[in-house]
Amino acid sequence: MTTRKRASQRTSFLVVLPSLLLVGIFVYGFIGRTIYTSLTDWGQDPAQALALSPVTRFVGLDNYRQLFTGLIDGRFRQDLVSTVFFTLFFLAGCLGAGLLLAILIDHKPRGEGIFRSVYLFPFALSFVVTGTIWRWLLQPSGGLNRLPPLIGLPAGEFTWLTSRQQVWRFDWNSLPVILAVLCGLGLALLAARDLRGGRRRRRGVASAGGAVAVLAWAVLWGRSWSPLPFPELHGFNLAFIGIVVASVWQMAGYTMALYLAGLSGIPEELREAAMVEGASGWQLYTRVILPLLAPITLSAMIVLGHISLKIFDLVFAMAGPDNAYTDVPALLMYVTTFRGNQFAKGAAIGTILLLLVALIVVPYLRSQLRREVDR
Amino acid sequence: MRARRPGSHGWSWRRWLLHGTLLLAVAIFVLPVYMMVVTALKEPAAIELSTAWQLPPTWNWESFGQAWTAFLPKLKNSLVLTFAATACSALLGSLNGYAFAKWPFPGSRLVFALILFGMFIPYQAILIPLFGFIKAIGLYGSIWGLVLVHTVYGLPITTLIFRNYYVEIPDALMEASELEGAGFFAIYRHVVFPLSLPAFVVVIIWQFTQIWNEFLFAVTLSNPDSQPITVALAQLAGGEAVRWNLPMAGALLAALPTLLVYVLGGRWFVRGLLAGSVKG
Repeated sequence: MTTRKRASQRTSFLVVLPSLLLVGIFVYGFIGRTIYTSLTDWGQDPAQALALSPVTRFVGLDNYRQLFTGLIDGRFRQDLVSTVFFTLFFLAGCLGAGLLLAILIDHKPRGEGIFRSVYLFPFALSFVVTGTIWRWLLQPSGGLNRLPPLIGLPAGEFTWLTSRQQVWRFDWNSLPVILAVLCGLGLALLAARDLRGGRRRRRGVASAGGAVAVLAWAVLWGRSWSPLPFPELHGFNLAFIGIVVASVWQMAGYTMALYLAGLSGIPEELREAAMVEGASGWQLYTRVILPLLAPITLSAMIVLGHISLKIFDLVFAMAGPDNAYTDVPALLMYVTTFRGNQFAKGAAIGTILLLLVALIVVPYLRSQLRREVDR
Repeated sequence: MRARRPGSHGWSWRRWLLHGTLLLAVAIFVLPVYMMVVTALKEPAAIELSTAWQLPPTWNWESFGQAWTAFLPKLKNSLVLTFAATACSALLGSLNGYAFAKWPFPGSRLVFALILFGMFIPYQAILIPLFGFIKAIGLYGSIWGLVLVHTVYGLPITTLIFRNYYVEIPDALMEASELEGAGFFAIYRHVVFPLSLPAFVVVIIWQFTQIWNEFLFAVTLSNPDSQPITVALAQLAGGEAVRWNLPMAGALLAALPTLLVYVLGGRWFVRGLLAGSVKG
């Protein structure tokens, strides 16, 4: 390597260095600081909460213990449950609608470009704008509910956003058992796949062992351990239907754009070959195209999933920050911290959010970067 | 199916069904916009839930005038914030992308991955120290605090887009200048930067949209004087006993700049969107 080349490499590092330092402080430093804050009692003493240099005590995992098993933090637990339900419906809605629109557009309708632009435009809007519009559209006795009368039907009576009803309720105390069973079934599936393939025997045996252990724990001891000394019911708040509708309206076009990019990458010859083999239009999609779109579905799930875990502005604008029936952890973190001055607890909620997002993003990022290396 | 174009004999029922479904979807996507415009154009007294879908009895342009007066300072804040932060993050991102793509140094892959991860974090996980930091350096309630924040958290995506773009530039183009003795910056200025226009368009459109639409940092780090439009809109719409013509006119005002960008630069907009997701 020439000296000049080496000098340029050094310049290259020096050019990146300021950004690395900024990201180092603003991302990693601040994450560390948040985690530390979550281990203190900052905010429990109102006199110290807003002090210039507050005196705080190290309390270990106490904030987390309270959030998951404390008397007063039931709202956080409901928010976690709500986020999981919201994520499931949001993902299903976006992937379903996005795939449908993409396949329809793949049939080359007249005015293809116009259709595409119309479906994608909500993605250019702020969640606050979307929230404001849909808040008005979902007024209990107006908006969408007044659409049926336009074609002579009785007005709708859905309470999309204002419902106080909760369905699919379960006791928080049975959550460990539910999680263990889900986890065990997942491991069992993995084991079955590995063992049938015969290639990854050791991993298969390990998964099978794990599945048996987890399921055995759930059946034998799970019920004797309950996090709360009293039953606490959580479930799916029907008021979230409105938020799901608005968020799918905003993000379906985005998902469609992802799928369209995937579809345009499928070579024409492959479609023609399938047609020559005698595949019907339906079979062409189910047998050939959908399997090829699987990586797109995965990327879309990761991106949409992390958006839905972080969702804040849409809920803020649609239902307000203090609406317990439509609350999510991202919003609760803000309210707890900046309205309630409970900094440590807010930091704990923020950390939990980070863990949830990392759980889905880190494996994905790793596989993406590894693929990059392979290239 | 795909190759078959409608013949001159008219359309098969399948093609009617296809276009019918697509038009129905258009209606679903456009109805909220119709509702927004119609409501904005109504007299406050004429806004009733039961007649919400009907055209206004008299056109009331007043709402836009009122929303304009109320939102003008916030629009200015948003403009300053968006332009400054977009420019900073695009320039830095371009230099970073060039460094990563063309002059990889030992450990550059790891550094790139470390920077990239910043794109995915939920900002709630850094909000408390960030708030304290911005306060400590005296930028709380100033638009420049938000500029700094958006520049830093924009770095991952801008670096990513530029890097992926520069990787495609053939090294042969640089070698000629290299032989003439040009170094890092000379090659950037004379060879790479002049080729960067498409990447800059993608990044600027993407960052403009993201920063204009952002809400969490804005609501946490601004005061009434430095509020961007999204915060003002959320407050207006969230108030009690809302007269809905005003929030709707305000929503339209807040949406116009990004919609304009979308209409004018749709192609590049989609490219930014794909860069931010498929490549992750």
